[in-house]
Parts: sequence; structure tokens; C-alpha cells
Amino acid sequence: MTEETTVTEETQDVAHPMDDLLRMDRMPHIWCPTCGLGTVVTALALALGKSGIPLDDIAVVSGIGCTGRVAGYIKVDSFHTTHGRAIPFATGLHLANPKLKVIVVSGDGDLIAIGGNHFIHAARRNVDITVICVNNFIYAMTGGQVAPTTPLTANASTMPYGNFEPPFNIPHLADSCGAAYVARWSSLHVRRMTTAFAEAIATPGFSLVEVVTPCSTLYARRNRLGTGLDLLKFYHDNCEIQHGADTRSLNIDFQGKITLGKFIERPRPTFLDRLDNWYGQVFGDKYEPYVGDRK
Amino acid sequence: MKADPKGVLTGAHYLDGDHAAAEGALAAGCRFLAGYPITPSTEVAERFAARIPKVGGGVFIQMEDELASMAAILGGAWAGKKSMTVTSGPGFSLMMENLGLGIMMEVPLVLINVQRGGPSTGLPTLPGQADMMQARWGSHGDYEIIAICPSSPQEAFDYMITAFNFSEKYRVPTLVMMDECVGHMTEKVVIPPADEIEITPRKEYTGPPEEYLPYLPDKDMIPWMTKAGDGTRFHTTGLTHDEKGYPVMNADCQETLVRRLVDKIRTNADEIAILEEEEIDGADVVLISYGISSRVAIPAIERARREGLKVGSLRLVTVWPFPETRVRELAKNVKALVIPEMNYGQVYYEIERCAAGNARTVLVPHAGGWVHDVDDIYAGIKEGLK
Repeated sequence: MTEETTVTEETQDVAHPMDDLLRMDRMPHIWCPTCGLGTVVTALALALGKSGIPLDDIAVVSGIGCTGRVAGYIKVDSFHTTHGRAIPFATGLHLANPKLKVIVVSGDGDLIAIGGNHFIHAARRNVDITVICVNNFIYAMTGGQVAPTTPLTANASTMPYGNFEPPFNIPHLADSCGAAYVARWSSLHVRRMTTAFAEAIATPGFSLVEVVTPCSTLYARRNRLGTGLDLLKFYHDNCEIQHGADTRSLNIDFQGKITLGKFIERPRPTFLDRLDNWYGQVFGDKYEPYVGDRK
Repeated sequence: MKADPKGVLTGAHYLDGDHAAAEGALAAGCRFLAGYPITPSTEVAERFAARIPKVGGGVFIQMEDELASMAAILGGAWAGKKSMTVTSGPGFSLMMENLGLGIMMEVPLVLINVQRGGPSTGLPTLPGQADMMQARWGSHGDYEIIAICPSSPQEAFDYMITAFNFSEKYRVPTLVMMDECVGHMTEKVVIPPADEIEITPRKEYTGPPEEYLPYLPDKDMIPWMTKAGDGTRFHTTGLTHDEKGYPVMNADCQETLVRRLVDKIRTNADEIAILEEEEIDGADVVLISYGISSRVAIPAIERARREGLKVGSLRLVTVWPFPETRVRELAKNVKALVIPEMNYGQVYYEIERCAAGNARTVLVPHAGGWVHDVDDIYAGIKEGLK
């Protein structure tokens, strides 16, 4: 043990800068060494800390899977829900109390496979929630099965000879359905990811940040890609930042180039904006706006 | 606590059961309904959607499916609004997933199932009572739940308020198991003034936020609740959890949690039970029924009585938790229990179990699609007396 890491009587009581944002009584977390999720949680905590939004007004909702565990570590009102249903659960939280800033953090399988229908409808309605989709290209919690994001030819436990199903392009899906903000970063790009989280949270309406993360235990091992660290090195060498790129061009091929950036930023009326505006027109002065003093 | 007058449409109305249920929900203070259209329940959502912008302070949203509807009302309830959804058989099957989450997270909410004939798509426009066991056991895992069966539009109104009150008192999703006949029959419904409607408030935590333990049970086994935004910064999960709401993966925690989820309802079963009894004393045979079947049974009972037979009636307004104490007692004092239900034996088997050989049990089955023929129920009574 080096001197720097030795816990002494002087250092043991020093607060960690994220003590107020993380549930320290739940540490250590369950994620594998070199998994990207710790970085995502750090970036989210930083973004929340800097946002100026009182932490009491923030709610985090997760589904099921490795990323599903995020809700359990962030010290705000946090909900670990059912597989695929984080978005409709978050929709209910937001609609019933529009003052809450509701953030969904879940995985690619949870949000895009079992929860795919909810994803597209929340984007279509422009429900004012932020969705962080952590994409590790595989079902990790259950042991490495193929996901709707697994690149063609990549190996998965249920595609033992390589994947032959074309994957979803998540930013294109969100864009097509009307999302107000769409970005993609990798867990290597910590500062840009943190900025994107802050921007997404500040954008009224449905905002999506996809974060490409390494899964060393399953995706990397099954595909002989080394460790999570090797994947970060791969991101370093193969990620290209193209803000405003046409979302149709954002497919991710197996070990191919990954395009990152902020692709969409187009505020448009949210579900509740439309509800209040429309009922205001229909009922006139008799209508008491639902959202009231939010703005 | 009394009802908020904004949601109470005081007066005498001519309403069908679905519309009456929507009014009952509004009177109970429900301000969030997330639903998906399905016959024969849709009119509940339609009425709510039309009324909520006028009542104010609430939202109706038509979700993309029943999975989403159930998930959304869990969120709605955690955000502090009284929340509900409504469906029929096929949608009820989809809602089982998040009904389980509601049970695990102990969320007060109301789910109406206007039952139709099944299985599968079955008879969308015609009645059934064949989801009664699904109501009890439909979501995976072990739990207890509350289910109420109204038999008229007036009761659809009245018992929606009871359902919300039970759900708050016991922190458990409460089911209102109507059927197509009750949902679509139109009758007089009297809505009382708001100050005559008793509302059970949420069991709110009022202590220091930093000391809050979301699943620390009170003496009555029910934990105190907060809502998102209250400053307690709580965690809740569908995983087996401790008093902090944190996941704990072992048999001891599972035992403590599941036992409490079961016991908080089971030990209060007698208090929850709503039963209507008629001419039980001295009866040779007692007809046990619920929902629309209770009303269809009336002419059969009257005919038997005209012939001098001693027939009593026990109507189960609450079917779950099963009113075991009363049925066990009854079985010791009569020759037979006769059970007409629109299925091939569901609640019947609970009654047979509780009768424990002390009285004959006679099932008068019906596959659904229409109500029982009065003659069949009468024949069931005669069969019981053989």
C-alpha cells in the first residue's frame, strides 16, 4: 500500500466530494472492474451537482440489468422498477408532479428491447424526462446474451456463432420519434458526457444521451477484445466527434468507427405544454392550468 | 378526512357502472389515471378523461399499452397523486407484471377489472367472472391483495371510495373486480355531498427527513410513506429489500419482508371483510355469491323460499382476502353452501376448502357470455338440500 492510499486517523473522516450525491452506505457497488457504469454515475452526479436543481427535486428511475442498479446508488428519490418499464414509471412520476426533474438511467436491452415501445412513445409525446441509455452492446447481468444493439457478427451467448440480426441505431430511433435532444458519448469522454447530461436535463421535453460503455466481463471477453481498458483505448482511437451528424449515419459496426456528438437540439412543446395550451383554448378562462407555477 | 368537493358530483344521476366508477374515483380524490382502451372497461377512462380538465389538479393519459399504464400509475402514486388504471381480461394479464411491483413497493393504487369472457380475447362485449383467481394469484410470487366486487352502478361509485381507502390504509394495490353487466348497466346513482364522504389519508411520514426508513413497519405492519420531492431522498426497489429499501439477497430478509406483506392483509382479513347476510339464522342452505351473480340469484332464492325452503344468502363484497372466518363458521351451521359464479369453479374452491366437509358445497358454474339462468341457481339450491 502506498502512502497516498493509506487511511490514517487524519484522513478517515474526510468527506468524499460526492458524499451528498451517492449512497455511500451502499458501497462497494456491484459492477465489475473496468465496467463503464461507475464513470457514468460519476458524470451524472457531477452534472446534477452543477445543475443547480435542488437534489430534493430530482428523481432517478432505472429498469433492470447492470445499469438498472444505478438508481440504487444515487442519493435522490430513486426507483428501481421492472424490466423495460422505467420510462412509463418516470412518465407517471413526472405527470403527477411536474416540479420533479425525472431522469431515467437504464441499459440498451431494458430501454430498446423490452422497453422499446415505451421509448418511442415517450419521445413522440415529448414527455419532459431525460433518458440516459447506457449501451454495452450485450445483456450483461444475465450472462452475455444478444441485444438489439449487438453489432453484426459480434459474439453473444445466444448468438454463439456471431450475431446476424441488424442492431438499432439508438440516436436515429430517438430522432425519428421526435426527441428534443439527442447525443451520444462514450464513457471515455467524461467531460463531454457530463456536459451532455447537464444539457439534456436542462432541455424541456424528451432528451436522450446514449453512452457507449465497455463490458469487460462479457462483451469484451466473448469477443476477445481484451479488458475494459483495452476497449477505452479502442474508443480513443476509433471515436469521431461530429456534432449535428445526420442520425441515419450513426450505425455502429463491430469494432468499427463510432460517431459521437450532439446530434439534435430542438425544443418543442412538451406533453404538458400541449395539454395546458389545448385545454386553455377549449375551455378558455374557466381552465385552471395544470402545471401552474412551474415556469 | 372528508372528500375534496371539487371531485364530487353531488346529486342523483342515471349512470352506467363504468361511469359511476370514474365518479367514485374522482370523489375519492383520484387525480391520475393512465390507461389503455379495452372493452368493456373503456368508459371509465373516457369519463375520467372528460371530467379531469374540469375538476382540475389532475391528468389523464392514454398510454401505449397496459404494461405502461400500470407502471405509470406506480410513478403517479409515488409522486403523491391518488392513481388508478382500468382494464379487462387481456389487459389485466399484462398488468400483472407491475401489479407485483406495486405489491413489493407497497404502493396505494386502484385497478379496476371489468371482467369479460375469457380465456384470451374471449368475449370482449359479454360478461365473465373468471379472473377471480388471477386477481388473487396472477402476479408471480407470494402476496395478499384486496379485491372488491360491486354489483350495481351505485356500488361501483361507493366501493371505488372504499377501494382507495383500503389501498391507503394497507399500502396495497386494491382491485375492483366488476363485470361487463355491472359496467354497462345503467341505474340511479346517488352521489352524496363531499362532507359525507370519508377519505382515508395517506400514512405520511412526518419525522426528520434524514431519519426516514421507507420500509420500517409501524405496529400495524404498515410502513410510513413519503412522496418523491419530500426531501427524504428514499430508495425503493422490486428486489427483496430491508427497512432502508436497499436490496438484500438472502433468505432471512425474504422471510421478514414477504411474511409482513402477507400478514399485513391476512391478520386484518376480518376487518377488511365486507359481507351482506340475509336470513342466515335457521337456514338449511346458504347461497354465496358476488358481483352480478348476487343479483341474478335473488329470484332463485325467492322462489325457493316461496316453496318453504330455508335459504339464506351471503354476499361477498370483498372476495380477497377471503372471508375465511365467516365461511368456516357458516359451514358448521348449514347443510349446504351453493355457489353460482361465471366460471368453472374459482371462489368455489375457497369455499369448499373452508367448509372442510362440514357442509356440502354445490357449484353452479357458467362459462360467461351471459348471466346464469335463474332455473340453474334454483336447481343448485335443490341439489344442496338433497
